[in-house]
Amino acid sequence: MSGILLLEQSLNGLQFGLMLFLLAAGLTLVFGIMDMINLAHGSLYMVGAFLAAWFVQLTGSFVAGVLLAIPATAAFGMALEAALLRSLYARDHLSQVLATFALILIINEGVRMVWGSDLPLSAPAALAGPVELLPGLYYPAYRLLIIGVGLALALLLYVLVTRTRMGALVRAGASNREMAMAMGIDIRRLFTAVFGIGAALCAVAGAMLGPLLAVQVGMGEGILILAFVVIVIGGIGSIRGALVGSLLVGLVDTAGRTLLPHLFREFLPPQLASAAGPAVGSIMIYLLMAVVLFVRPQGLFPARG
Amino acid sequence: MAAPVPPAAQSAAPPRRAAGVAGVALLAVAAIVYPFAMKALDAEFYVSVASRMMVYAIAATSLNLILGYGGLVSFGHAAFLGIGAYTVGILITEGVTSGWIGIPAAMLLAALVAVPIGAVSLRTRGVYFIMITLAFAQMLFYLVNSIKAYGGDEGLNIRVRSAFGFGLNLKDDLTFYFVVLVCLAGTLLLVHRIMGSRFGRIVLAMRDDDVRAEALGVPTFRYKLVLFVIGAALGGLAGALMVNQQNYVNPNVLHWTQSGTLMVMVILGGVGSLWGGVVGAFALLVLEEVVAAYTVHWQFWVGWVLLAIVLYAPKGLVGLLRRAAEREGAAK
Repeated sequence: MSGILLLEQSLNGLQFGLMLFLLAAGLTLVFGIMDMINLAHGSLYMVGAFLAAWFVQLTGSFVAGVLLAIPATAAFGMALEAALLRSLYARDHLSQVLATFALILIINEGVRMVWGSDLPLSAPAALAGPVELLPGLYYPAYRLLIIGVGLALALLLYVLVTRTRMGALVRAGASNREMAMAMGIDIRRLFTAVFGIGAALCAVAGAMLGPLLAVQVGMGEGILILAFVVIVIGGIGSIRGALVGSLLVGLVDTAGRTLLPHLFREFLPPQLASAAGPAVGSIMIYLLMAVVLFVRPQGLFPARG
Repeated sequence: MAAPVPPAAQSAAPPRRAAGVAGVALLAVAAIVYPFAMKALDAEFYVSVASRMMVYAIAATSLNLILGYGGLVSFGHAAFLGIGAYTVGILITEGVTSGWIGIPAAMLLAALVAVPIGAVSLRTRGVYFIMITLAFAQMLFYLVNSIKAYGGDEGLNIRVRSAFGFGLNLKDDLTFYFVVLVCLAGTLLLVHRIMGSRFGRIVLAMRDDDVRAEALGVPTFRYKLVLFVIGAALGGLAGALMVNQQNYVNPNVLHWTQSGTLMVMVILGGVGSLWGGVVGAFALLVLEEVVAAYTVHWQFWVGWVLLAIVLYAPKGLVGLLRRAAEREGAAK
């Protein structure tokens, strides 16, 4: 195993982790402030990806397509919140699970009715090639763009949450909703806004990952579970926790999938290695979560005092 | 020391109990007549459809024991189904076809695996419990995926169904139907008896007020663990029947969407009511069959129906039926 491979896989882990963060950030706020389990968060990611692919087809430009998909998905998310999810906040977790599970079915099939099971979406041609980062280390330019966008958005979100009035309100809502309402904050309006931002971030993640992972119906479910793992590891309601959790999960997932099989091949008989490699890689993140919860049952950065 | 009994757990008034017994008797007769009627109508296909629904009913009832009565929202119940299914599948592949060995082994193994999973998971509560049970189920999902000797991600075909002797041949759809029916009846009776016992009353007390039960001297952790393990064993039974029904098992039986589907069945039917799992399983599967006959986009419409039920029938279908029955009773 060479240093180049290690570096390359670390970048892959960082890239995946940052995209997970875009999903987890919205999810953790929804969960933290309104105590609402939203299984349909992954559907927003899928809708964002389909809208991006569709707009790219219409406009012929990747950038224009993605930029159009972001507000469109945000509008979709806010409409969903105002029309339906709002009435679920006061209900118990089980009702929320059933309702948002139903939403997954509806949105999945709805997308299939409109666009079919999948849409083509490829990275812009200018970014298709690799870039030589270090002598001997070639890295796809498009993945670098994802890392850049992810870092920029993470920074923007950090500033938004820690440095602005709206961010202060969000943090107040996450740590104690009743108290925030008693202090005169209009949690409902704040929340619709938060939901819109969450949906916009989903759209960015969907559009950016689309060319790498394929834009297809059902793409939201797998990543949804990873996003839940992230926010549970990080501590529900905490943006900082979501960032740390995302990077941890991104790195562990990538390491488990690519580096562990290498290691196994060196130390185990080949037959066993090829069987155990992928499984252990996928198990790693769940093991990570189980260990974190065992040691810190509230996650790494609990938002509630 | 007497177990604390919340008022809601007290048994219904005698007239309603008599009506309940009559209802169950009627249901039993219907269940026995059903396959013969289908045979007479030349619609034998619907016998195995009903068997499949009853297998899911057992699975949903076993989850309801943990989730509904125990208040422990396990999002990894499919793991126990999977263990049961793979235990029977692997035993049959290795030549052990006796159902008298396979089914108890499936239940025992599911229970044994549930002990460490429960012991770790029950340290957490609320959402964290949901997620940690999910995590364990996903670990098992990937583990089964990697066992190439028994099909890996392609799944495992079984050549023969479990054998029981005494002329019972599970290959015959009618025999299989009655075996599943007996298992379902046994599961319901067991859950009914458990919840009527002192143990059951303590379980309800813990669900309603964990801290108070603890303060009254109930070793809550141990009680929850026992409940979790019983539910897992019954889940293993459902899995063992499922592999026999399909002659096939693949890792998707352990996937989180399967756990989600079981959860939806329980919530749809009625959380914490004896018939909730049965009603939910039948309602969801019948709905799927009916809508799928009209459109390939059945999920779309099933989704809207589920949504309507969440919004307008918060206590599930059993709650809806009960309310209707009470209204009728009041009108008389």
